[in-house]
Amino acid sequence: MLVEFALHHAWLVPLLPALAFLIIVFLARPWPKLSAFISVGGMATACFFATLAAYGVFTNHQYTEHPLVYAARWLTLGLPGMPELQINVGVQLDPTSAMMLFMVSFIATFIQLYSVGYMKGDPGFSVFFSYLSLFAASMLLLVISSNLLQMFIAWELVGLCSYLLIGFYSHKISAREAAKKAFVTCRVADFGLLLGILGLVITFGTLDLVELSERVANFREYTTFGTMTLLAILVFIGPIAKSGQFPLHVWLPDAMEGPTPVSALIHAATMVVAGVYLVGRMLFLFHEVPVAMDLVAITGAFTALFAATIAITQREIKRILAYSTVSQLGYMMLALGVGSLTAGMFHMWTHAFFKALMFLGAGSVLHALHHKADVWEMGGLVKKMPITSWTFVIGGLAIAGIPPFAGFWSKDEILVVTLNGGHYILYAMAAFTAFLTAFYMWRLIFLAFYGEEKPENHPHESPWTMCVPLIVLAAGAMTVGLLGTPWNNIWAEWIFFGEAHHSGEIAWGAMISSAVIAVAGIYLAYTLYLKDKEKVKVKALAERYKSLYNLSFNKYYIDEMYLWFNHTMVDGSAKLFYLFDIYVVDGIVNGLGGFGKLSGEGLRVLQTGRLQNYALVFFLGVLAIAVLMVFAGPSTASLVLGGVM
Amino acid sequence: MSFPVLPVILLAPLAAALVLVFVPKDEHKLIKSVAAIGTFVSMALSFYVYFGYDQTLGGLQYVIRHDWIQDLGVTFFLAVDGISLPMLLLTNLIGFSAIFASWNIGTRPREFFILLLVLITGVMGTFIAHDLFIFLLFYEVVVIPIYIMVVIWGSSKRVTKEYAAMKLTIYLLIGSGFLLVGVIALFTKSISILGAPDMSFSALAIAGSQLSAFDQKWLFALLLFGFGSLISMWPFHSWSPDGYAGAPTAVSMIHAGVLKKIGGYGLIKVAVVTLPVGAHFWAPWMAVLGIAGVAYAAFGALAQKDLKYVVGYSSVSHMGYVMIAVACLDVIGLNGAVANMFAHGVMAALFFSMIGFIYEKTHTRWIPDMGGLAHQTPKLAVGFMMAAMASLGLPGLISFMPEFTIFVSAFDNYGGLAVIGIAGIIITALYVLRAGANTLFGPPRTEYDHLEDIKGVELVPLVVLGTVLVVGGLLPSLLFDMINSGVVPLHAEISNVLQLGGNL
Repeated sequence: MLVEFALHHAWLVPLLPALAFLIIVFLARPWPKLSAFISVGGMATACFFATLAAYGVFTNHQYTEHPLVYAARWLTLGLPGMPELQINVGVQLDPTSAMMLFMVSFIATFIQLYSVGYMKGDPGFSVFFSYLSLFAASMLLLVISSNLLQMFIAWELVGLCSYLLIGFYSHKISAREAAKKAFVTCRVADFGLLLGILGLVITFGTLDLVELSERVANFREYTTFGTMTLLAILVFIGPIAKSGQFPLHVWLPDAMEGPTPVSALIHAATMVVAGVYLVGRMLFLFHEVPVAMDLVAITGAFTALFAATIAITQREIKRILAYSTVSQLGYMMLALGVGSLTAGMFHMWTHAFFKALMFLGAGSVLHALHHKADVWEMGGLVKKMPITSWTFVIGGLAIAGIPPFAGFWSKDEILVVTLNGGHYILYAMAAFTAFLTAFYMWRLIFLAFYGEEKPENHPHESPWTMCVPLIVLAAGAMTVGLLGTPWNNIWAEWIFFGEAHHSGEIAWGAMISSAVIAVAGIYLAYTLYLKDKEKVKVKALAERYKSLYNLSFNKYYIDEMYLWFNHTMVDGSAKLFYLFDIYVVDGIVNGLGGFGKLSGEGLRVLQTGRLQNYALVFFLGVLAIAVLMVFAGPSTASLVLGGVM
Repeated sequence: MSFPVLPVILLAPLAAALVLVFVPKDEHKLIKSVAAIGTFVSMALSFYVYFGYDQTLGGLQYVIRHDWIQDLGVTFFLAVDGISLPMLLLTNLIGFSAIFASWNIGTRPREFFILLLVLITGVMGTFIAHDLFIFLLFYEVVVIPIYIMVVIWGSSKRVTKEYAAMKLTIYLLIGSGFLLVGVIALFTKSISILGAPDMSFSALAIAGSQLSAFDQKWLFALLLFGFGSLISMWPFHSWSPDGYAGAPTAVSMIHAGVLKKIGGYGLIKVAVVTLPVGAHFWAPWMAVLGIAGVAYAAFGALAQKDLKYVVGYSSVSHMGYVMIAVACLDVIGLNGAVANMFAHGVMAALFFSMIGFIYEKTHTRWIPDMGGLAHQTPKLAVGFMMAAMASLGLPGLISFMPEFTIFVSAFDNYGGLAVIGIAGIIITALYVLRAGANTLFGPPRTEYDHLEDIKGVELVPLVVLGTVLVVGGLLPSLLFDMINSGVVPLHAEISNVLQLGGNL
């Protein structure tokens, strides 16, 4: 009964946080505690409904074939040469969206709870909660969208929230610039996505996801293969920035300027996976175009490796986690690119838990150390902050891929599908990335939580509102992967694209090798950063490969390149256009005006207003006529005068 | 229709202006209240008309028509349809807000508000007149108050306010000069076709579409120049940034918000309908000029350091989209053109009113001299950022769907060329966010610690325009269904002529 209600009123899930946003902004803002209560309460209620709806979907196998869709008219447009385009806003529930709905609302609830402790005493406390609510509403709207345009709207709204939250400490120039950078970078990519959407409307005459998938499947009735390739690539540009793929990943590490719960919620667990989700949703489009699939896979694999090589030298705790997020998003893209919605979504699911956990853990550390972020200045935190440390270690085991923690199963799934698809180079890249992942994450853990305590630090464990979410998420990071073990793969029965692939035989080789790789990474981190107390070897290595070290530490100077491009090329041409405008365009206008003025002044000289002058001209004229008549004879003179007159 | 609602809407501000003549010039509060009441009556009634208009019936409604100059076929013809109603509503929304944006005006408030009310009346008149003579009459009424207001209440920055006023006025007059030549030629030619002089839009449309292709082409060129320079079509746009920067806040709001839309409105309701073959011939040129305007002015805005210049160039850029949309000559494009004029009007007016308050408080509009204002004046910052977000076409605010429809149409009609125009959204994001960031965010400056946030009646522009911004964004059908009811029959007429003429 209640499940049925939740299934058919799933729009309540985004609506509740949206209402919370409105109530906080217009009514509750002066009372921080009330604002927090409304925000968390709205979110928890939304999570309750989401859970029911997800339960409804995951107990009825018919939704894997035929998604539950209901929608209302939003706008009707007359399309050229086609029937009218009706844009609906609605709900599309199938296992993928139900899973996302549950995941987003679940994690958002705990992160909001965590924020109550973390943001305590901040002057913008209420505003922060209103933004969090608005974000949750937009993200949930994105998840349930039944229409591509609706999805794009929500997509941009989460971008807005991300902008607001990154720039939350707006008195800091770094936060201000990071927010702007995030928005503009995503804007560049959204331009591509927008073109893709426009192309889809014009080609297929609909933006409804279900209808679109049917028409795309028979795309030859509508268009050519070349157009399809172009459309798929354009659509993919949007997710490149949103999900932090190379080369538009630059905004994501800077986004850590926002408060830590924001980093956890938006820039690790939910918003950044929106791009992956979109690709997953549009897989019916990519699937038709092998080139686009390859592009997705290669971008993903390259990003995974690339970001991991940056993460190994970073010093700030949140920055390491940010690059790790970029890298993990690359894994998800890789999985989608090799055609496995199952693996991509599975990694997204597990990643949401362990990455949110680690960010919140990092936030707890920063809270305790008064925002000292450099991992080299931490150490031995495990003694004073046991809950934070142990939960973080669980997260570390999960991301490194140690069985039976969550990350192992999902990463293994990706490696197996890549290998089975015959993408050996991509497999090698992904496997090496797994090694680096284990290494850099445990480098962080050994440096920050183990080793010797630093006397200047006075850490303390965080309040319960912060610890409870850590424990809950840690439990998740341990267990959520068991949904997709090779022995009993419930996950693959529900979330798949095309045919539910179930190989039956267990890829022991891949499984064992990925576990070995993970252990090797951790062991290397152990020898370099924990066993070697003086860190002699590390320093020697950094010294020996100084240029490589600098390249990695400075993120391959990509930010600098963009900055240069922006300041010289874009601003330069802006200045050029402006100068052209005031000197050439305005010059012509003023010149015309000046010409009018000059000729007016010239003509004015003739009208002196003095009778003597007029009389003089008159007299001279008569004289001229007289002279003409005398010397040229009357007949010619009359001819000349006739011409004159 | 027993109650003559359109004349009341039109005359309410004028009546208020008349009352103001008899109000003592030192009664500042009373003066402002009278002005506010006059515009409020118009605004309330135009809402009434907007929601009372029967969209299923369509066509001209609330018609008032009386013979006036019979020898010239001029009738006093007021009516509204799906295209003019949004513009009427927009004028009143902005007019009402503009009164409150000028609340703190110190010098000669009585004269200021009288002129402002006359200005609002003139603009409204152009949108509800359905006789070309009356249309032009109202249009000329508008020019004079603007000149006086800029010269007396304006501000000098890069250029003097006298220069700005002169440039604005002369540009508009030259534009209307060409327009007038075109209109007179059209009128004289129409007499022989119709058999009797008639200046109404509908009669001219019948006559105009029967003109030879050659006549249509050169007549359209004249009208295009006239209306184009009014809507700041590139390269006849340079009055716009200077003019807005020199003008007082209320004039900038009305000018950028509605007055320049007369150009786009006239282009659609007069030029395109009357001369479809001419429009078809010039459409590619219009598209090119529109696209050039979008990109050029966006870069121009990026180079500005004066807030008003940023918005001034930005409005040129946004009007480029309207030009592209008109050039598409299809239903979706024309829908987008009208909707974008409405959306941009609301957004630009909000932008200018917020900048006006910033200038009033800080006495500067120079972006490098500002920063961190969000800390001292948070509500002002909210208004500013809402306008900025609408400017960059954020979904959920009013300007997204108009832009989207324009993009669909432009992409469909002009393909790769349109992409250059669409790319304008990136540069737009860059310049509005940069302006916002450098003005509002960053470390607060101590010299602005004494500033007071907007409060009381100063909040009216933010509340009125901000509400429209959000509601129009969430429920675009409120706007689009209305416009569509006007555009569909209009487009049917055009395509009918074009098909009969075999695309001359």
